[in-house]
Amino acid sequence: MPELTTDDTSTGAPREFGPPLLSMEAVTLRFGGVVALNDVSFDIRQGEILGLIGPNGAGKTTCFNALTGVYQPTSGQVVFDGRPLGNRKRYQINRLGIARTFQNIRLFQNMTARENVLVGADSHHRAGVVNSLFRLPLHRRETADGNRLADELLDLMDLGHRSEDLARNLSYGEQRRLEIARALATKPKLLCLDEPAAGFNPVEKQRLMDLIRRVRDLGNTVLLIEHDMRLVMGVTDRIVVLEFGKKIADGLPSEIRNDPAVIAAYLGVDDETDEEETP
Amino acid sequence: MSLETFIDLTFTGLVVGAIYGLFALGYTLVYGVLRLINFAHSEVFMWGSFAAVWVMMLLGGRTGMGVLPAIGLLLVALVAAMLVSGGVALVVERLAYRRLRAKNAPPLVALISAIGMSFVLSEVMGLRDRIAGWVGLREPLAPYVEKARENVSFVNPLQSVTLFSISGFQVRSTQVIVLVAAIVMMVGLDQFVRRSRLGRGVRAVSQDPEAAALMGVDKNRVIQLTFLLGGLMAGAAAVLYLMHIGVTKFNVGFILGIKAFTAAVLGGIGNIRGALLGGLVLGLAENYGSNIFGSNWKDVVSFLLLVLVLLFRPTGILGESLGKARA
Amino acid sequence: MSTSATSARPTRPARRGLGDRWAALPKPAKIVVWVLVALLVYALPLLNPPILSTPDSDFGSVMFTVASYALVALGLNIVLGYAGLLDLGYVGFYAIGAYTVAVFGSLHGKVPFVLLIVLAVCISTASGLLLGAPTLRVRGDYLAIVTLGFGEIVRLVFLNTEWLNAARGITNVPRPPSLDLFDVPQLQWSGFTATVDLGTQSTFLKFGLLDGIPYYWLALTVIIVVLVADVLLQASRVGRAWEATREDEEAAELNGVPTFRYKLLAFAMGAFIGGLSGALYAARTGVVNPETFIIQLSMLFLAAVVIGGQGNRWGVLLGAVVVAYLPERFREFAEFRVLAFGLLLLALANFRPQGLLPPRRARRAKAAAQELEELEHSGAASGDTKEGGIRA
Repeated sequence: MPELTTDDTSTGAPREFGPPLLSMEAVTLRFGGVVALNDVSFDIRQGEILGLIGPNGAGKTTCFNALTGVYQPTSGQVVFDGRPLGNRKRYQINRLGIARTFQNIRLFQNMTARENVLVGADSHHRAGVVNSLFRLPLHRRETADGNRLADELLDLMDLGHRSEDLARNLSYGEQRRLEIARALATKPKLLCLDEPAAGFNPVEKQRLMDLIRRVRDLGNTVLLIEHDMRLVMGVTDRIVVLEFGKKIADGLPSEIRNDPAVIAAYLGVDDETDEEETP
Repeated sequence: MSLETFIDLTFTGLVVGAIYGLFALGYTLVYGVLRLINFAHSEVFMWGSFAAVWVMMLLGGRTGMGVLPAIGLLLVALVAAMLVSGGVALVVERLAYRRLRAKNAPPLVALISAIGMSFVLSEVMGLRDRIAGWVGLREPLAPYVEKARENVSFVNPLQSVTLFSISGFQVRSTQVIVLVAAIVMMVGLDQFVRRSRLGRGVRAVSQDPEAAALMGVDKNRVIQLTFLLGGLMAGAAAVLYLMHIGVTKFNVGFILGIKAFTAAVLGGIGNIRGALLGGLVLGLAENYGSNIFGSNWKDVVSFLLLVLVLLFRPTGILGESLGKARA
Repeated sequence: MSTSATSARPTRPARRGLGDRWAALPKPAKIVVWVLVALLVYALPLLNPPILSTPDSDFGSVMFTVASYALVALGLNIVLGYAGLLDLGYVGFYAIGAYTVAVFGSLHGKVPFVLLIVLAVCISTASGLLLGAPTLRVRGDYLAIVTLGFGEIVRLVFLNTEWLNAARGITNVPRPPSLDLFDVPQLQWSGFTATVDLGTQSTFLKFGLLDGIPYYWLALTVIIVVLVADVLLQASRVGRAWEATREDEEAAELNGVPTFRYKLLAFAMGAFIGGLSGALYAARTGVVNPETFIIQLSMLFLAAVVIGGQGNRWGVLLGAVVVAYLPERFREFAEFRVLAFGLLLLALANFRPQGLLPPRRARRAKAAAQELEELEHSGAASGDTKEGGIRA
């Protein structure tokens, strides 16, 4: 893994990004009569942090599920790294290079922090029954690699001292970070974070922003769904805004901030609403 | 296959199927509300069948009585069986489910709890001679508890007569009674759940437990009611089964329970009308199947049907729901 | 954000239980202890220890029964304890293993014994794959019922197929090849004094009709092999994948675990071990009969795993001993055994769902939860609030 460059002042200036890593191409998703996503198109470019925002019920999580393969689009397609996702299975989509965290934490609660990360690391391992039973070189090499990766990622997420604790015994913030570590262990090209700061206090949020930047600086592309406007404005390179399942804006944080459509959509919604969604 | 055989198979298939359907209601109701398979429901049925046998013995029912006293006796046996089954169903809810529900235990734990309950209920019946012995009642209760692990016959005081015949097949009164009674009961239950206030509670909880609780529906009461209704129907099914087959046994519930469950799944578990439809379809399939492959293969046919339905149409013929279809 | 969590980390109290002391032993010492324990277990039926030994039935034969239950429990534990799949028709694989040996060793062929065993596990594993491939996609509680149906179908097919001798069953099932090397005397106890009984000797590896001890040794050897494989597999990528699948199937899938494939693998391995156990059973009794493989046997297997503690290999071994040995030891209560297991299942599900000997994780988690609770109590007393980020 390359050296960590904690570049905390990189938010302001626009950066150069590579070609699109993932493209939503006119994706529409219907459940029964309800149109959850309506003809949504946008790109996520290599190396950027893209924010996906919108008021409650705008279709952010649906969009997220469509591009991680949990839902199949009714029409349109998602193209990742030049290949359409099609009807690939969920684990295959992960292996293509898309990893995600969950809005409501879904760790393997009765496994240790390290084991959680190892499950992620296993996604690019190949040792099966025979290798494991006879402790063949492949098994040993992968075990060593997996543990090394787990150590690195747990340290990156400030969880090094918790590696042997069960996930359920970690604090809320630690569990959120462990989810990120587990997702990173699958060595994704695109990391999708679903409201990673939900329930965090301002100090924790600040540290999370630093973490997200560090993750990006390690060469990852990040898609971030977030409620907290300050966090989104502070950390993302570009922002896509959804409202009622439609894309209403797409641009730099500074542009989004002054976009009349966005302001209208968020009118009456306080900037500081950083609480979890209330039904 | 001659026309007579075909009509015979169809008619008896419908009779047996209606019993399955009635028995299946307990699975369907509980599944609709709790999303759990009540594995112990088979023993609820078995206890009801014994209640009917015992009441008939106690009241001295015998073949060749007058028609009116015979019908009276059957009705008493029916009420007794329904009450006992309803009571056992409540015991199942109390002992096997309530604690787990409070703890929000995973479904597999609930299933294991119900399996344990099922063992206990069937073995208590199968060891009733021993258990009666412990409390010194073996002698006085001898006719009721002896030969605890063997078949026990039910004396049907109502003689079965041929009502009419269709191209050689004779339609017997008992069969007609069983079929009509089963369907009447089911329609009654369906209307109860559809129209009564209590029934609305059942439907509300099955569709959205949280919202129902917020609207002031007492979830525990509703669940008890569900078990009770399922038990009452199983008791009725037990009496009809006895009228049709004539014997019961401490472990009679096991195979019949799987079949009733199959009926529930076939029609769409959680769906009351589906249970009747599933029961009838299963009864017919079993009868036709045993005619084609030989009667030894009857149970294989119904198990295969269960496996196939679960694989290819797990929501059943009418879809899963209590009352109304859900999205 | 983690500072308070770090400082709240207690210095672990100096509690040195048996487990800690065991963990501190050097590896060679551990191996020596293991070998001694294994030897003792091998020698049990020869030693005839007074309280353990069964007065009403041949202790060697009882020990074989216990061992075959233990083997089945280890197999079912992979399916239920590791992968979290409730299989109520496990007896089906056991029956298939037993019938394979009987059919190809006696009824329709004279295949050599070793090949018979290979054939038995192949056929039962294949049937596991055939059953699992379509059914493992259905919901967990439906899977339970489908497998229940499978178990019954297997029995009914054996019962009704003339080619398999139907209800008559199959006799003259071949026994394992004997070695006839030397005789081993047994101990005879009167009170607590032992004498060497030269009258009843066990011939080392003579697989005959009466003496159950050689079969016990064979089964125990198989158990040890399976146990070692189980240990190796659980602490590997495969074991982690099973555990992740059981914990949260969707999260596992989205983190790159092909959950269906791993569930199928667990199912097939369970079928493999079930078939192997059935094959040993057939070789021991020399007869197979459809009535042996009733679904209640499945329930007893299930009881062994659940009572012992699903997910913990030592727990399920204990469970197998409870289910198979206690009714033999206390013959007078044998007819109450199903009732007793029913009560036990009911009680365990309600009060101790993790079983008598829960997996290490469950115990660790419980200890940690207690620790946390204590901390919270002491924290609340001193007015120390939890960190701000915690939200249930």
